[in-house]
Amino acid sequence: MTGPRGDFLLLLCGIGGILVLASLIGTILKRRIAPDGSNPTIENLNARITAWWGMAALLAVAFLAGRAGVVILFAFCSFAALREFMTLTTKRVADHWPIAVAFFIILPVQYYLVWIDWYGLYSIFIPVYVFLLLPVVTVLQGDTKNVFIRISETQWALMICVYCASHVPALLSLRIEGYEGRNVLLIAFLIVVVQLSDVLQYTWGKLIGKHAVAPALSPSKTWEGLIGGVATATLIGAALWWITPFTPVQAAGLSLAITLAGFFGGLVMSAIKRDRGVKDWGHLIAGHGGFIDRLDSVVFSAPIFFHLVRYFWSSV
Amino acid sequence: MKPFLARLTGGAIILFARFITAVRAIWDGADPVPRQRVYFANHASNGDTILIWTVLPTAMRARTRPVAAADYWLTSPIRRFIGQDVLNAVLIDRRVEQRDHSPMDLILEAVDDGASLIIFPEGGRNTTETSLLPFKSGIYNIASARPQVDLVPVWIENLNSVMPKGKIIPIPLLCTVTFGAPIHVEEGETREAFLTRAQAAVLALAPKTEEAEI
Repeated sequence: MTGPRGDFLLLLCGIGGILVLASLIGTILKRRIAPDGSNPTIENLNARITAWWGMAALLAVAFLAGRAGVVILFAFCSFAALREFMTLTTKRVADHWPIAVAFFIILPVQYYLVWIDWYGLYSIFIPVYVFLLLPVVTVLQGDTKNVFIRISETQWALMICVYCASHVPALLSLRIEGYEGRNVLLIAFLIVVVQLSDVLQYTWGKLIGKHAVAPALSPSKTWEGLIGGVATATLIGAALWWITPFTPVQAAGLSLAITLAGFFGGLVMSAIKRDRGVKDWGHLIAGHGGFIDRLDSVVFSAPIFFHLVRYFWSSV
Repeated sequence: MKPFLARLTGGAIILFARFITAVRAIWDGADPVPRQRVYFANHASNGDTILIWTVLPTAMRARTRPVAAADYWLTSPIRRFIGQDVLNAVLIDRRVEQRDHSPMDLILEAVDDGASLIIFPEGGRNTTETSLLPFKSGIYNIASARPQVDLVPVWIENLNSVMPKGKIIPIPLLCTVTFGAPIHVEEGETREAFLTRAQAAVLALAPKTEEAEI
């Protein structure tokens, strides 16, 4: 089995194997410790594993559907994330139109630009044009109360939930010599490394975590978890070099960059949740909270990964 | 044909409500079991009925009828179809001079048929800054006429931001519907005392932390 299909299938088998193992462990733990479902940690673990199966299946289907599948999947993720984010922002009735424009015009346009591969526009559409024009729509409603906060929060929501997230499908448009037709594996690489890093940081933190990195933001993020998780995820990323255009050392370097970006993304989003007094961004994914709770690290690492690869490897 | 179309439309409405609000039910004192109930809720948006209707489990939804304004739902063929065939609403005419039935007769008839009800005791939509307007007497009349029925307080959160008065396009934001512990009219309780208690029961389900003032 060679070529993109072969590598993709091999990767799928690997992920499937890990999930089978996780489900097995979850089932055994439940049988041994609390068969009646009375242990919340085990229940949460099993809910998470079930959700992981769903996510892996969804990604696999999107990948098989090709470019359209990936763009539509991430457009939907952006929609769900923006819906969670805007629920917590400062709003007044005057923001009704600007927010409607954000959901029903800006989001589809950004993903359409990614779909038609217009790099020159999708990379500046939200940071430049929306940044300048959306506040105009806002102030034309004539309500100045908290207007600085309102336009800032809406703009940041769009940057995080739409602009940054759209850099995942944008990876499909990078042209790398000798890597034609395999870009979807770059997305798989990014997501596998970032998500494993999250899981491993959590696991290392639970096992040996003692010293909190930022106790005021999140008591569960410890130095032990961070170092252990980032190191293991970087090693796994290096071991996945064969699905990427990178050498093992380059794959390790990129893994390090994206796991660190992912960690700080999680930290920033925790700080915002703390400020707004919520534990999770939403409730759509059982055991995980909302979409942003699962995507925060992907969102922060995607543009950085995209630009590193584009600068050093891409010919376009 | 018509029942099939009504089911299809109902499904589409539920899908749309979930797409916009990702609405979630919180059963905080009442369980989602098929007992006969009167759900009474705060009323800030035209979509309130739809949201409660959406979060009810399918079997319970089929036996739950919103009490709604005939003078709104009978004014066009589409509204008539949604009000009568999809929601199976108990339609009350708010214009006293147009009535051929006493509203309470219609409502009690539905209760005696075994239906659960959705009502908004504030009377109309609340467009003020206060969280809840004083309750009208209807809920007391139902509760004292049919004391065996559970009255379940309901708080709908955030839908008024999704679709403020006068706006046509809903904006997607997360909403929740919280169901509280059932109440009944107590021995010798006055109308005023009961209405105050019912109002407090709904308010108690509103999120404790108000949005931080900046």
